Amino acid sequence: MPVTRTQAVLNGERLALTRTLSQVENNTPEGNQILEELFPHTGNAHLIGVTGAPGTGKSTLVNQLAFDYRHPPEGTKPPTVAIVAIDPSSPFSGGALLGDRVRMQDLAGDPGVFVRSMASRGSLGGLASTTAGLVQVFDAAGFDIILIETVGAGQAEVEIASLAHTTIVVEAPGLGDEIQTFKAGILEIADILVVNKADKPGADNALRALRNMLSLTQPEKNVVMHHGKMMSTEEAPAGDAEPDQEWVPPVLPTTATTGDGVAELIEQIAAHQQHLKTSGGWILREQARLKNEVGNLLQEALHQRWNSSIPPADYEKVLDQVVSRQISPRRAVDKLIKGAGL
Amino acid sequence: MGNSQTKIRVLIAKAGLDGHDRGAKVVARALRDAGMEVIYTGLRQTPEMITEAALQEDVQVVGLSILSGAHMTLVPKVIKMLQKQGLTDVKLFLGGIIPDEDKSELTKLGVDGIFGPGTSTQLIIEDIRKACQ
Repeated sequence: MPVTRTQAVLNGERLALTRTLSQVENNTPEGNQILEELFPHTGNAHLIGVTGAPGTGKSTLVNQLAFDYRHPPEGTKPPTVAIVAIDPSSPFSGGALLGDRVRMQDLAGDPGVFVRSMASRGSLGGLASTTAGLVQVFDAAGFDIILIETVGAGQAEVEIASLAHTTIVVEAPGLGDEIQTFKAGILEIADILVVNKADKPGADNALRALRNMLSLTQPEKNVVMHHGKMMSTEEAPAGDAEPDQEWVPPVLPTTATTGDGVAELIEQIAAHQQHLKTSGGWILREQARLKNEVGNLLQEALHQRWNSSIPPADYEKVLDQVVSRQISPRRAVDKLIKGAGL
Repeated sequence: MGNSQTKIRVLIAKAGLDGHDRGAKVVARALRDAGMEVIYTGLRQTPEMITEAALQEDVQVVGLSILSGAHMTLVPKVIKMLQKQGLTDVKLFLGGIIPDEDKSELTKLGVDGIFGPGTSTQLIIEDIRKACQ
């Protein structure tokens, strides 16, 4: 009997893997069928998100992370690494230039690494709508570590946090003053904060600003300065045994081009994974992640179903009524949802 | 479920040792504006790296830019390695400086199109679309 595509993916055959990734990315019936069969085999990989503004060095950092994972101290077995790198699609042509591989040349020729570029195809949260599916394929294919590099993200592209177990937010020197660090959004989702390009002037300021920001929300627990006097507060719970102990995001300097600081980053990623597993956070994140995925798919399916239920001419008619100010946009939605009496 | 959407995916690679990638970038940009997804690999790619990238990215088209004169060495290697990986359906296009006397042999080897200096990007787009039908 010939080996099925699903079986071939599970066996780690690269041609079957790459073809499956395309089917899933293109949302084809065959792709969804394979995904269905692969799903029971997922849940083993550590999903690590890497996000941050364009030009902060995400690709270079991902390259260096993967390289270091693949070259551990002697005597340890290197984990296999898959990389999903997302770049934006043009809102005008629908095309995309996917350039993350340019920074990932060090990984060429390593059979334990698989790099896949993805265009965002109109999604706005920093990922593509099928990124979760691609990650599941890699997970089922047995990759130990999956690095997900988002579109260059500004302040609000936080979708990665609901996909990854560990989210790394990459900053670089010179991207704004301390006020930027107080704003809501991307910094809130960081499990680990990295100031990359730490060899550049201003890196110390960036590190200090981020640490200050964190110390406002997570003050030192046992000693505070109050009216000029050091006062003890309640004893902080002893380090390891406390299950609900909060994770305080470490702030780390890296220079991805030389690899400086990347070993420490890998240590912190492992520490975060350990923390999630001992605190019960791993299961919570898995639940939140899958709930989010079901929600997304449901939304998409409902939209599809609605879309196919309404004649395009009716849709146009209602839009015209809005443009000519006969009805408000809210009223239009009301009409479209009800479908009748257009 | 959902809309299935397929895009033409193209790998643009600079093969070998020459460092002139303006042409490759112009083509990459034009294909992007024509709605394709272009994976750009950068300079100094070996046939091994190009084939590996073509496999991992599952592209329908590989575009090689060669201005060094090494095309008769590099191209047969790329073709052989693509076949070895099972990527027999991948179309291969060449750009750069390819002398006329080499063209028929390259076509015989399986090159699907050769675009010399002065080729309009519109023609490149059309040929790629045709090859992907």
